[in-house]
Amino acid sequence: MSTLSLTSAFSLLLKRDLTLAYRRRAELVNPLLFFVLVTAMFPLGIGNDAKLIEAVGPGVIWVAALLAALLSLDAMFRADYDDGSLEQFMLSAHPVSILVLAKVLAHWLVTGLPLFIAAPLLALLLNIPAEAIPTLMLTLILGTPVLSLIGSVGVALTVGLRRGGVILSLLILPLYVPVLIFATDTVKTAIVGIPITAQLSILSAMLVGSLVLAPLATAASLRISLS
Amino acid sequence: MIIRFFHQMGSPRYFYDVAGKLVPWFMVSFLISLVLGIYYGLFVAPPDYQQGESYRIMYIHVPAAWMSMFIYVVMAVSGLISLVWRIKMTEVIVISSATVGASFTFLALVTGSLWGKPMWGTWWVWDARLTSELLLLFLYLGIIALHSAVEDKRVAARAVSILALVGVVNIPIIHYSVEWWNTLHQPASITKMGKPSMDISMLMPLLIMAISFKLYYGAVVLMRARAEIIERERNARWVLEMVEQEAK
Repeated sequence: MSTLSLTSAFSLLLKRDLTLAYRRRAELVNPLLFFVLVTAMFPLGIGNDAKLIEAVGPGVIWVAALLAALLSLDAMFRADYDDGSLEQFMLSAHPVSILVLAKVLAHWLVTGLPLFIAAPLLALLLNIPAEAIPTLMLTLILGTPVLSLIGSVGVALTVGLRRGGVILSLLILPLYVPVLIFATDTVKTAIVGIPITAQLSILSAMLVGSLVLAPLATAASLRISLS
Repeated sequence: MIIRFFHQMGSPRYFYDVAGKLVPWFMVSFLISLVLGIYYGLFVAPPDYQQGESYRIMYIHVPAAWMSMFIYVVMAVSGLISLVWRIKMTEVIVISSATVGASFTFLALVTGSLWGKPMWGTWWVWDARLTSELLLLFLYLGIIALHSAVEDKRVAARAVSILALVGVVNIPIIHYSVEWWNTLHQPASITKMGKPSMDISMLMPLLIMAISFKLYYGAVVLMRARAEIIERERNARWVLEMVEQEAK
């Protein structure tokens, strides 16, 4: 039996997760639909005031993205936990944190990336000026991976629980606050027309930091959940 | 000598005995310092020249806010110890601290808004400190919820330890992001206490109260830890023997 290199293990796991997601296409659109629906609810709740909608727009899009990410998180390890393949990953010769990274990447490609693609449409619905839309997309592409990464720690801690969903939101939402603050602030700053380099640097720093730290915490949490 | 001390403290039975002996000392010194602190804070310290008498809520509010952060750090440190060295007693400390910490955070928030109503004219503002204190309360509640959801309490303690560590990495980030958000989006209409050069007659009761709250935490956390130990070790021989002796 030949041993598998780490990179091929990573890409195999990524390919497997993407194939699995593709076979359940109906589930695939759910987070995206949720994202669009939640965003569409806000103008209905606030009232038909263009100024007001424009003012809350970036915040609404980001809160909806947060909730959509939260909704889809539970699926990250659930199926693998149920059928026992998660235990096989733990037993493999490769570092669990790298395998976790493959799963998080697959999760983000399936749930985070669609939000990024749908964002311009929603931005138009919420009267966000066209000049600020690239910035909004930039914050989404920097911020949503952070949501998936931080979220993976929470999912790993709650995967063995029967009613994990509610607890998951309690664990994860406070940790999402910095992303929310900086991302919406970036967009608002861009609408006013002030340079946004500082905010983007901080968002990138969060991405890099969580990219390094979160898989370690997730791997440790998975070991605990499976013990 | 020190190694032996840690080794002994790691054993539930020894910890249980020592904690039982320590609790009355903590309790008594807590009560003495509480009476002293309240007396000096409410009766001896002079009224503030700007805020009058209502500043006195600070003697509860500020120590409670300090404790809310102090206890979280204690939890994170004992969480790290229990993850690295698998010491049972630090696991017990982590979970026994969570409820006390959440209570102090809640107390700080409530006293803060009681003070805010006459001073700022509103119960709540999205001020940086208030917001990060609120988020701290959510972190505590998450820890408590996770612990109660996991059935095996040893697994729960380790899961909670990880969560406490993740939280402690995030708390500075949350704090500074909230502060930054606040300074950008809120006009400086609120005159915060800032760094008042406090008179010694006002400062002393505050420090006494801070010590008093720490002693209270010590007493309560040891009591809760003892209860937790008994529950975990309920099938151990020494617990059964102890129960039999009590029954005689």
